[in-house]
Amino acid sequence: MNFYAIRAIYLFEMARTWRTLLQSIVSPVISTSLYFVVFGSAIGSHMKEIGGVSYGSFIVPGLIMLSLLTQSISNASFGIYFPKFVGTIYELLSAPVSSLEIVVSYVGAAATKSIILGLIILATAALFVPLHIEHPLWMMLFLVLTAVTFSLFGFLIGIWADGFEKLQLVPLLIVTPLTFLGGSFYSIDMLPPFWQKVTLFNPVLYLVSGFRWSFYGVADVNIGISLAMTLAFLAACLVAVWWIFKTGWRIKV
Amino acid sequence: MQPIISVSHLSKTYATGFKALKDINLDIRKGEIFALLGPNGAGKTTLISIICGIVNPSEGSVVADGHDIIKDYRAARSRIGLVPQELTTDAFETVWATVSFSRGLFGKPKNPVHIEKVLRELSLWDKKDSKIITLSGGMKRRVMIAKALSHEPQILFLDEPTAGVDVELRRDMWEVVRSLRDTGVTIILTTHYIEEAEQMADRIGVINQGEIILVEEKAELMRKLGKKQLTLQLQGVLETIPGALEKHGLELSQDGDELTYTYDTQQERTGITTLLRDLNEAGIRFRDLQTKQNSLEEIFVSLVREQRS
Repeated sequence: MNFYAIRAIYLFEMARTWRTLLQSIVSPVISTSLYFVVFGSAIGSHMKEIGGVSYGSFIVPGLIMLSLLTQSISNASFGIYFPKFVGTIYELLSAPVSSLEIVVSYVGAAATKSIILGLIILATAALFVPLHIEHPLWMMLFLVLTAVTFSLFGFLIGIWADGFEKLQLVPLLIVTPLTFLGGSFYSIDMLPPFWQKVTLFNPVLYLVSGFRWSFYGVADVNIGISLAMTLAFLAACLVAVWWIFKTGWRIKV
Repeated sequence: MQPIISVSHLSKTYATGFKALKDINLDIRKGEIFALLGPNGAGKTTLISIICGIVNPSEGSVVADGHDIIKDYRAARSRIGLVPQELTTDAFETVWATVSFSRGLFGKPKNPVHIEKVLRELSLWDKKDSKIITLSGGMKRRVMIAKALSHEPQILFLDEPTAGVDVELRRDMWEVVRSLRDTGVTIILTTHYIEEAEQMADRIGVINQGEIILVEEKAELMRKLGKKQLTLQLQGVLETIPGALEKHGLELSQDGDELTYTYDTQQERTGITTLLRDLNEAGIRFRDLQTKQNSLEEIFVSLVREQRS
């Protein structure tokens, strides 16, 4: 195992975060705070409690998931796409590093950033609404699993993308709508029966539901199923990454 | 002596069907400067990219310092440094950070003393805290070399090292390369500039249309293939070459005051004695003479032409 390489890539990626602090951390925190002002305070004050939880508190896990998903994807996809774009990928390909080491370092850095961001949003939320975390270890497990899984997914997007447009395509057109429709701001019990069934096909529902359960002990779907779905998506991403490095798809000619 | 790089039956066919390399066999000796010459699209960069692990070979094998580049890629790659043709660096990193990053990437622990030594040798020490975006093209090229040397490689590939570099910097770069060779690093460079190969290389390989046309000691190549020209500056002006001199294949300059005789140094007889005698008999006097050896560029052009025909 080339630990020096893992550390070098990881620290290099983290250095980019600190260099672009405004974009990486401050901007998502500001937009999340705005969500709290609009949904939590302005609209939320007119909403009744959901499962015994005030609407302002109810949306906290969903908002964290929304940021976690989009930031994990954008951090990881940009991290690997940028060297391809500027040509510095040559150094990575000519270095004595295995595909596993490359993935661990890039995905590790992207996931670390997202987790830090998630925790900052959690702290920001505590300023707006009373927070109670019933299962803190489960909360951390879901936070880490989701960050790693979607960083892997972002890594795949970064390898697949051959232009900045494609880099934005999946997060904007697929992930954000799925997150909004995955129960971030509502319980699926609030939907008509038909749409409740449709929503069950949305993988983000399981992430939000499991994460919300760790906070309040209430969930749209069983916690076991949530965990299984998250692990299944993680496994699917791992297989895809393994195949990419085995074949050199979009990396080597 | 065991070659430091051994390329055997290496071929590369891209997905488009384009055959970039055709059954390449090449040995690079330890400690030499090897220049790979070839026109655009000849396969120089593809060959380097395969050896360095950037491009997958279609057939054949490469062994670097006793390690197969695919089966034992870690050991092989840790011995190789690459300076690519394009100036591809991270614009917003400092020189120190990017060179240190490269060392870590190649599996070496931090060594500020070595990084300082490399930066000083490449005249980059006073720029160590500068962001790369603020550096000139020549300085960026040096940064690329520093990155490639950060992990103390035994083999250094320089792909068109002086492309787009002005004459003064080019000469500086040649000095850098020579001093690297003096430290025991084997250097393989590709170049368009024949002068570069002529100035620096110990051996020269010529590649064209994916095939190695020849590999030869530079001096031997120039001796074997080099034709010489004898130029005679005449005392008077000639309107035409006298019939008695036609057999020598002389060329008369436009203003009629110079005759040029081309001869092959490999021939048993160069024909110079006969020419001088015939000139004397024809009453043609000259006030000065000089000889000129063909440059590598002329040799290279004639080799490529020969292969095309």
